[in-house]
Amino acid sequence: MAQGQETNQIDKIERQLKDMQENFEKQQREMKESFERLIQQQQEQIEALKKQLAQATNVVAGATATNQPSTQPSDAERQRLQQELAAKLGANAAPSAAPPPAPAPATAWSPTQPITIGRAGQAYMNISFDVLMDVGSSTAHDPSAELQLGDHDPISRGFSLRNAEIALDGAVDPYFKGFGNIVLKLDKDNETSIELEEAYLVSSSLPANLQLKAGQFFANFGRQNSQHPHQWAFVDEPLILTRTFGPDGLRNVGAQVSWLAPTPFFTEVSLGVMNGEGSTAFSFRNLGDNVMGTNRFHGRATLDRTLSGAGDLLYVPRISSSFDLTDQQTIVLGISGAFGPNDTESDARTEIGGVDLYWKWKAANSQAGFPFVSWQTEALIQRFEAGADPTVGLPSETLRDWGFYSQVLWGFTQRWVAGLRGEYVNGNEGLDDPNDVFRGERTRVSPNLTFYPSEFSKLRLQYNYDHGERFGTDHSIWLQMEFLLGAHGAHKF
Amino acid sequence: MKNKLLTGCLLVAAVCQPALAKLNVVATTPDFGAIAAVIGGDQVSVTTLAKPTEDPHFVDAKPSFILKLNRADAVIEGGADLEIGWLPRLLDEARNTKLAPGAPGRIACNPGIQLLEVPATMDRSKGDIHAAGNPHFLTDPANAKIVAEHIAESFTQLDPKSASLFAANLKRFSARLDEKLSLWDKELAPFRGQRVVAYHDSWPYFAHHFGLKIDLFLEPKPGIPPTPVHLADVILQMRAGHVRAILVEPYQSRKTAQTVGAETGATVVDVSQFPGGIKGTEGDYISLMDSVIHAVVKALGEAKSSS
Repeated sequence: MAQGQETNQIDKIERQLKDMQENFEKQQREMKESFERLIQQQQEQIEALKKQLAQATNVVAGATATNQPSTQPSDAERQRLQQELAAKLGANAAPSAAPPPAPAPATAWSPTQPITIGRAGQAYMNISFDVLMDVGSSTAHDPSAELQLGDHDPISRGFSLRNAEIALDGAVDPYFKGFGNIVLKLDKDNETSIELEEAYLVSSSLPANLQLKAGQFFANFGRQNSQHPHQWAFVDEPLILTRTFGPDGLRNVGAQVSWLAPTPFFTEVSLGVMNGEGSTAFSFRNLGDNVMGTNRFHGRATLDRTLSGAGDLLYVPRISSSFDLTDQQTIVLGISGAFGPNDTESDARTEIGGVDLYWKWKAANSQAGFPFVSWQTEALIQRFEAGADPTVGLPSETLRDWGFYSQVLWGFTQRWVAGLRGEYVNGNEGLDDPNDVFRGERTRVSPNLTFYPSEFSKLRLQYNYDHGERFGTDHSIWLQMEFLLGAHGAHKF
Repeated sequence: MKNKLLTGCLLVAAVCQPALAKLNVVATTPDFGAIAAVIGGDQVSVTTLAKPTEDPHFVDAKPSFILKLNRADAVIEGGADLEIGWLPRLLDEARNTKLAPGAPGRIACNPGIQLLEVPATMDRSKGDIHAAGNPHFLTDPANAKIVAEHIAESFTQLDPKSASLFAANLKRFSARLDEKLSLWDKELAPFRGQRVVAYHDSWPYFAHHFGLKIDLFLEPKPGIPPTPVHLADVILQMRAGHVRAILVEPYQSRKTAQTVGAETGATVVDVSQFPGGIKGTEGDYISLMDSVIHAVVKALGEAKSSS
């Protein structure tokens, strides 16, 4: 009984095996046939293509034979064309006899190509290295003594390199983005100094349209203060910003909250709270320069005020709004303030207010962002309570400074921008003014022309007409060069 | 009683609210905007940032765009770095977690699309090349189908209640596109293998689809304006290869193209990647492709009949 069942099962398995074998053979046969068909088809196609190719080659060969001069153009024809095109199109580059660069091969992607690492969007952060250098001269023997007070301005006749900046930015995690800016610069003795210009994080997921920024950063005051030198439209810092915020701009350790208001147009309100200490908080808790063993600011010996309460911090509020006047015109208006103590007396305070305007027109069919016209103006007023210093005969007094700059840029054709900036600064009379390069009436007019070979490099030629009640009239001319390596985060409007 | 009525009203309002609320979508460029509007129908309102006539690589990060992104439920971007110079900054300032990377409201259009010209080495001496590959992928209408499907999927995820509407709109769009595709394929078939010149390298996908050879550009390198030295070389190559058409987009210098055209006898063809870049194609991707293809066919056809 059991044996019979077994035999039955063996039979069954054998039958199944046989079926499977037959099936397999049948499939193999079918596959072979279809492959053969496919190969035959492909061979036919190849033959057809070969024929076509042969015909085409013959045609080309024929054309070459009959049109020898046009397919093998003489250098003379090439040169004639180059000159004619240069004349017709207002050359972007002078014609040269040099052979043209070989056209870059169009590299189509293939699966065998290696995957390159470090591609944008595949790296954890943008890393860039940006260098600004200047060469030029001035009728002033030492331009840095009085004319070029900005820390990234050209400082001497000949060459200066005042801004080599390593910029880092990226997402920290789903909650924060991080930014870093490390600036290296060469002084007149070619010694390198380094500064941690900015290092801060920005929240990316706060509710209620809020955003938090914390660390060392440029205060959100006006337009230019928070821009890095390579974004500037001129080689030097505007005079009024140097007077109020010092050579380095207003930046400090602190925190800032900003809020996008629910208005029908763009409105952003921000409040920064900072330590307000040191030379990057120039008009605030700044010990000033060491003059023969004593730290002095606006002539007064300074006291090292330590923080004794919230009132000793620096507060920087700002509100700005923007409107699209037309499809091609945008305007941004802002009001900013900076309030905090200064170091010239234990209860001395500084108040700075400013208004700013930025207007830009860009053509509806702009290429690479050209043509455009922009107008930027900032006006600031400062009230500085200067303490008394009997040792040098200075009473307490209130120093008032005001001034503005206004600049127009015209990107008249792709890669070229012409600019004109006018500036005026003045103040009330202070008793220490004769010794103070940061005071007194001054006017500066600066036309310039910038050429951008690409987004990553520029050449800028600028002339400065400078007139000040302290130094009379000076003329300077500067050529600035910039290059940027790597990936750099996009800029604000 | 009054209370009950009020509660009832509130309930009705609460239930109706999501159905009434349209998805507020921002598209970076008008091509994505047009497709999104077709798929979304009346359940989606679409705002487009870049103008169809301007260079999409260099759009100003205007504050009004921050506001639009702040109030959006979703943003549609290419995902291939075309907008890298302006979009990241806008999104940083928009303070909108719905648009955070990886969120359903962050719709990148490149998934499923095989990007061409992915550089093997990152070298800016070759011009302003895109690390992720050539980002102008919607110039191949077959890619528009993939993008439309992806957008429909994303919309469905954001608003499941309107799934059937999105599906129906997608079906209609795809059918219309399929129909057109076979027409376009036929129209351009006689010109397969022909060489066409373009101002900028924005047409590799178009060339790939229709079997044209668009590998000669008026720009010497991507983003570098034409120079006489380079143009002279282009002209000589065009003469030797009997090239009959030069593609120019609204924001590129037509004068340069015309000069080259006059030297070579080639026709300057006004094309655009963006609906509205050619008059009469506003908001309609298919009619844009229609005019682009007809213009190319006309230029190549004229050349054929005259030679």
